[in-house]
Amino acid sequence: MASHEFRTDRVEVAFTVNGKPVGLAVDPRATLLDTLRDELGLTGTKKGCDHGQCGACTVHVNGRRVNSCLSFAATHEGAAIDTIEGLGTPDNLHPMQRAFVELDGYQCGYCTPGQIMSAVALLAEPCGESDAEVAECMSGNVCRCGAYQNIVAAIQSVRKENAT
Amino acid sequence: MATTTDDLPARHSLGKSMKRKEDPRFIRGKGRYLDDIVLPHMLYLALVHSPYPHARIKSIDKSKALALPGVKAVITGEDLDAAKLEWLPTFHGYDKQMVLAFGKALYQYQEVAGVVATSREIASDGAELVEVEYEPLDPLVTPFQAREDKIILRDDRESKTNHIYHWEVGDKAKAEGELDGSAVRIKERILSPRCHPAPLEPCGVLADMNKATGRLTVYMTSQAPHVHRTAFSLVTGIPEDKIHVISPDVGGGFGNKVPVYPGYVVATVASVIIGVPVKWVESRTENLTTTGFARDYHMDVEIGATKEGKVTALKVSTVADHGAFDAAADPRKYPAGMFGIVTGSYDFPTAFAEVDAYFTNKAPGGIAYRCSFRVTEASFAIERGMDILARKLDMDPVELRRRNFIKKEQFPYPSPLGFVYDSGDYEATTQKALDIIGYDELRKEQAEKRKSGELMGIGVSTFTEIVGAGPGKHFDILGIKMFDSAEIRIHPTGSGIVRAGTRHQGQGHETTWAQIVAEELGLDPQELLVEEGDTDTAPYGLGTYASRSTPVAGGALALAARRIREKGKKIAAHLLEASENDVEWKDYKFNLKGVPGKSVTMKEVAFAAYTNPPPDSEPGLEATYYYDPPNLTFPNGSYIAVVDVDRETGAVIVRRFLAVDDCGVVINPMIVEGQIHGGLTEGFAMAFMQEIAFDESGNNLNTNFTEYLVPTALETPHWETANTVTPSPHHPIGAKGVGESPNVGSPQAFVNAVMDALAPLGITHIDMPLTREKVWRAIRDAEAKVS
Repeated sequence: MASHEFRTDRVEVAFTVNGKPVGLAVDPRATLLDTLRDELGLTGTKKGCDHGQCGACTVHVNGRRVNSCLSFAATHEGAAIDTIEGLGTPDNLHPMQRAFVELDGYQCGYCTPGQIMSAVALLAEPCGESDAEVAECMSGNVCRCGAYQNIVAAIQSVRKENAT
Repeated sequence: MATTTDDLPARHSLGKSMKRKEDPRFIRGKGRYLDDIVLPHMLYLALVHSPYPHARIKSIDKSKALALPGVKAVITGEDLDAAKLEWLPTFHGYDKQMVLAFGKALYQYQEVAGVVATSREIASDGAELVEVEYEPLDPLVTPFQAREDKIILRDDRESKTNHIYHWEVGDKAKAEGELDGSAVRIKERILSPRCHPAPLEPCGVLADMNKATGRLTVYMTSQAPHVHRTAFSLVTGIPEDKIHVISPDVGGGFGNKVPVYPGYVVATVASVIIGVPVKWVESRTENLTTTGFARDYHMDVEIGATKEGKVTALKVSTVADHGAFDAAADPRKYPAGMFGIVTGSYDFPTAFAEVDAYFTNKAPGGIAYRCSFRVTEASFAIERGMDILARKLDMDPVELRRRNFIKKEQFPYPSPLGFVYDSGDYEATTQKALDIIGYDELRKEQAEKRKSGELMGIGVSTFTEIVGAGPGKHFDILGIKMFDSAEIRIHPTGSGIVRAGTRHQGQGHETTWAQIVAEELGLDPQELLVEEGDTDTAPYGLGTYASRSTPVAGGALALAARRIREKGKKIAAHLLEASENDVEWKDYKFNLKGVPGKSVTMKEVAFAAYTNPPPDSEPGLEATYYYDPPNLTFPNGSYIAVVDVDRETGAVIVRRFLAVDDCGVVINPMIVEGQIHGGLTEGFAMAFMQEIAFDESGNNLNTNFTEYLVPTALETPHWETANTVTPSPHHPIGAKGVGESPNVGSPQAFVNAVMDALAPLGITHIDMPLTREKVWRAIRDAEAKVS
């Protein structure tokens, strides 16, 4: 009779978040994004579209940037997950956070954690030197306030700093 | 009058690129947005949507959903009808909107039922189990179909027509007479297409009815928390003192978070019934398909002129598509908003504008998307029209504009459509733009390129905006006058708290409001805490939209601070053992006239206000001001776009874009610059990418970010900016507002540039968005005609 059946059983998964070990029993359908926000209270990572189309949910998995809304938490057994909360402290900001402040790389702040996590991961990627190449490498992160010019400038300033 | 920023006198706090006070939380993921708030035992709401744009609802079966473990309630339109909560009023008060569809669904994705459950996932699962039987009906997809009245959409209304209203301003007979007698005349149908603000944070609510206290706390993504409190009270009958609206950090608004949406009401009803908190946060698809869209104006623009290019008359007739309910959040007396600004920066001897609005089977809205109520549409119409006229006259479009500018000595300028422009120096702003971009050189380059068939275009927009509603005598929302408010409390040690009736969504009020108050009082802006968005603590205000925060609340802040200064002067006189008449406020402190070095600071005055007030005076140091502005403000700008169009593919490359803005006195240049970048990015998006389109059956074709294209860093052009400063003569600090100018002023610069590039092919106009395909088709058709 029932055309729908829903699983209510949970699966166990263990990974680290911002260097701290975490063990959870999660709904197998739970995304990494919802798990971080709802289970672990790490609300810095944002949901803008839930379809991998805006980048607000960008976190690092083993150092690489991923859209956490497109990734099931249960698939990350043993992974090292890093979020905006693990990046810098008020007294010791990450250079990328400092650059976003210095060069005004945001307005409403909603896309900002995703932009910063994306930008930090970009530093370790083979991205070309020009502003246009950085803009292309950042094209997975939407900013509806339109702060792109300053975001690119912030990334370039950190890259320049790192190069010297 | 126009000066550059460099020429202004040194200030204490104004005009400085102070870093944002919001920085520490926003760059660390510590902002507190709606969906970040979690309350004990809260439930989640998911909505069921109509798959049809127009359908009779034959039955709704809740039983399977209710049988799902974790589902606590299923709410339908009939349930709300029984509770007399089936309708919610729209903001300008002439229509109402169904909370949940009952009887008929009137647009695709319309909310039909709500499922409340213990988790987000179970609520969504439950929504899938609600079985709705529909009988599809023929839809009305365009306002031109609606105009025929063959199908009547709204059974609930007395008048059996899809026509919502006719609005007009100006002298029709005179304008038509002048047009008929004009040596040169143009007419063009220009569409400002339906688009959506799509802030990155979707809309949402967390309603918390406390049955013990009888008090309802509503956290919501709100640009206007006080108005929402009043609206909630009117809809539910709960006394306003029992409603507490909190708008936490807001992740972008752009007008989308002005209206009240069905999800807000259903979540609140659920919380009232069940007695626990209920959260609803919409999906991106719900955001794009059901909440406030913008534009959708089909405008017939006619301009008459002499052979020498002096304009004689303007007539604009508009057909507006309002969707299934008239939910445009316009001031009550202005159903077409500020569309009367359609004469722009030009001295038209006579003009006439009219708007006829219709119901269609589309989502309701017609909100002002980063503009002050239909100004974007009006500005686009006149700036496109002037370009089309320039081409007909074979005249440079800048030259045509210059021959018709309202001159600086004509201000205050009464326009033929009833507004009194406060100030401006259009010639100076335009000259600055031409100098920076090197206009004459660009025209030479273009002439060379045209010889070899290359399509290079230069587009200008010399627009005038109208922002800052009030004054209250003309403008109201739900009858509430459009004033705004500020409250300042200075603590004994000279720091303080500043509250306003506005609610920022990225505009940086926590920083700029402190700068305004610090400038007036000579205090440290870092020691002035700014708080907005909590209706229990902030004074009543109309909120943040339509670029009204600085023109209205900014005035309230300065005037509240001046009240503090008035009281401070009495205290200063007491401290200086002098008569109040001998004390003057100069160089950001109280000075004893004629006695150099004898002065007290506001900080000293603040301490004395609590420790040593003048005898028989009231201790403490605080002030409130409700500011009803005497007029609107009229920011303006001169924008120039330079584009190259690929003849083979239709691709447009924006090579350069310069925005010279005049928003009056600048509070924080860094924040103004950011606002301009943002508005230009959204203007670019409207010109080239963003559209909510429908197929012939009324299906929404743009329901997520792969279909509704928003710009990323990749396609967004590099912005060049500059400014001139013509202070508003009536604003307490001479500011005019800026957040929307770049969005209002830029789309036509892009489109004018592309049309200029395509001029050799005889192409006059293409409706936005200028996608590669549309441009390619226009080129192909034009070339086919020639060969």
